[in-house]
Amino acid sequence: MRLARRVAIGVWLAASALALGACMREERGLRVTPPPSGRVQTVRLTELQPGPPQAPDVTKNEYEENAYAVSEGKRLYEQMNCVGCHFHGGGGIGPPLMDARWIYGSDPSQIFATIVQGRPNGMPSFRNKLNDDQVWKIAAYVRSMSGQVSSDVAPARSDDMSGPPPEASTERKPPVKTGGIPKSAEMPK
Amino acid sequence: MRAMRLIKNSVSLALTKARSVARGSSSTVYCLLSTVYFSPSAVYLLTDLRSQSALDPAGPQAGRIISLWWLMFYVTGTVFLIVMAFLVGALVRSRRPRRGETLDVPDVKPEPARERRMSHVVLTGIALTVVILFVFLVNSFLTGRALDSVSAKDHLTIKITGHQWWWEVEYENSTAQYVVTTANEIHVPTGQPVLFKLTATDVIHSFWVPNLHGKTDLIPGHETVTWLRADSDGVYRGQCAEFCGFQHAHMAFTVVAEPPDKFKQWYDSQLAPAVEPANQSQAQGRQVFLSSPCVMCHTVRGTDAGSRVGPDLTHVASRQTIAAGTLENTRGHLAGWVVDSQKIKPGNRMPPNNLEPGDLQALLDYLQSLK
Repeated sequence: MRLARRVAIGVWLAASALALGACMREERGLRVTPPPSGRVQTVRLTELQPGPPQAPDVTKNEYEENAYAVSEGKRLYEQMNCVGCHFHGGGGIGPPLMDARWIYGSDPSQIFATIVQGRPNGMPSFRNKLNDDQVWKIAAYVRSMSGQVSSDVAPARSDDMSGPPPEASTERKPPVKTGGIPKSAEMPK
Repeated sequence: MRAMRLIKNSVSLALTKARSVARGSSSTVYCLLSTVYFSPSAVYLLTDLRSQSALDPAGPQAGRIISLWWLMFYVTGTVFLIVMAFLVGALVRSRRPRRGETLDVPDVKPEPARERRMSHVVLTGIALTVVILFVFLVNSFLTGRALDSVSAKDHLTIKITGHQWWWEVEYENSTAQYVVTTANEIHVPTGQPVLFKLTATDVIHSFWVPNLHGKTDLIPGHETVTWLRADSDGVYRGQCAEFCGFQHAHMAFTVVAEPPDKFKQWYDSQLAPAVEPANQSQAQGRQVFLSSPCVMCHTVRGTDAGSRVGPDLTHVASRQTIAAGTLENTRGHLAGWVVDSQKIKPGNRMPPNNLEPGDLQALLDYLQSLK
C-alpha cells in the first residue's frame, strides 16, 4: 500500500516535471531569414489550365506559426496603407479580405506575389518598397483575417479603439476556389 | 548645517564621478565600434552632455523639486538615525534574567512614574510625526504650485509624439511653412518658457528630463501638457520613464539649450528643405533612398519621400545621435543601422536592408550630406 502510494507520488512528480519542461515560450524571430521568395515568379494564380488537372501549390509560410510575426504583419498592414482600400478586412475600394473569396489565390506564395507584383484595377506593386520579410509577415496577417491561421497565433486585440472582432476569434472560412471578381474590383466603366 | 552640506556635496560628487566613469567607458566602446569614420563638424559635442541627474537642476522646476527632495532627505534621514539609535540602545540594554529570577513570571508591579514618562515620550513622538508630515504636505503643495508658474505668453510650443521607440518633435507655428519636424533632439532657447504638448501613437510613454523637470506621461489619443525652462546652456539627456516595450531602455533624447540667436540659426537651418546632392555618389544615394523600402517610412523634405511612420531624415546629419540616443551619429553606425538594425536594437521597427555594397556607400554619402 505504502509502496504503491510512493510510486504514485513519484510518477506524478515525474509527469509534472515533464509537463513543466514542455512549457516553451514562443520565440520572437527578430533576425530570421524569411521564407524564400524565388518561387514567386512561377506561382500559378489560377486553377484553370490545359491538360490533366494538377494539384494546387501549397507553400508553408513559417510566419503563420509565429504570433509576433503575424502582429507585425498587422502593424504593417496599417502603416503601408493597405487599410486605405481594403479597410480592416471588410473591403470597400479594394476587395474584402475577411471573406472566403480569393481572386488571385489563397496560398501564401500567391498572396506574396499579389503584394509584390500588384494586380490590375488598383492594387499597386510593392516591389522594392517592402522587403521580403515584411511581405511574408503581411501575407500571414492577410490569411489570419479569414481564419486561415490558427487562433493561438492570430492577433487577439486591435490597436484601434474599435474595429472588427479580433482575428483570433475569426472562424476559418474555407477558401472558395473560383472567386470571380467582386463588384468592387471591376474595371471602372 | 555644515555636516549636512558636507553630506550633500559628497553625494553629488559621488554621483557625478560614477557618471563620468560610465560615460568614459561607453565612449571607448564607441571609438572601438566606429572604426574609421567620424563626422567631423558638429554644432555641439556629446561630451557637453550634463550628467543626467535630478540632483543637478538646470531649470526653475527641477530647482523646486530638488529643494523638496533635500528637505525630505534630511528630515527622514534624521528620523531614521534616531529610530536606529533607539533600536540599538534597546538591543544593547536588553534585560537579562538576574540570578534566581525566572522570566516565566511577568513583572506586573505598577510603576506610575515610569508609565507617565513613557506616555510623554509616545505623545511627543506622535506630535512630532504630525508636525513633520504637515510640513511635508505644505511644502509639496507649494512646490506643486510653483511647478506651474513657468507658463508665459511669450512661449515656444513643441509637440512631442512618442513612438515605439523614438520621439517625434514638431515645433508648432500658426504658419504651416514655419513648422519644423525633427526627431530625438529638441533644441530650446535658454531662458524662454517652452510649452510641450505630449501625445503617443501606440502605448503610454513618459517624457522625463531629470535636470529640468519631473515626468509627464504621453498617452495615445490624449494630449498632456508640461512646461519647461532651461536657465543655463547645455545638453540635457532625457529618457522614456514609462515601460513601453522591448526597447524602452533605448528610447532616449537630448534637450539642447542654447542662446536665442544660436537657436534661431538652428531653427532656420531646419526649416530649409534637404540639400541637393553635390556629387554623383550622393545623387545615386538619393536614388537608392527613393527606390528602396526607406521611402515607405521616412520623410526627406524636398524629395518625394513623405511618410511619417519613421523619423524625419531631412536634416539627419545635423543630429548627434541615431536610433533615439542609442548610437553616436557616425558613418559606421549609420551603415550598421541601415543594414542590420535588429542586431543593435532588437525588436525595433526598422527592417533589415539587403543593399549592394555600392548602393550602401552611396546611400551613406547621401544621408551624411543631409546637414
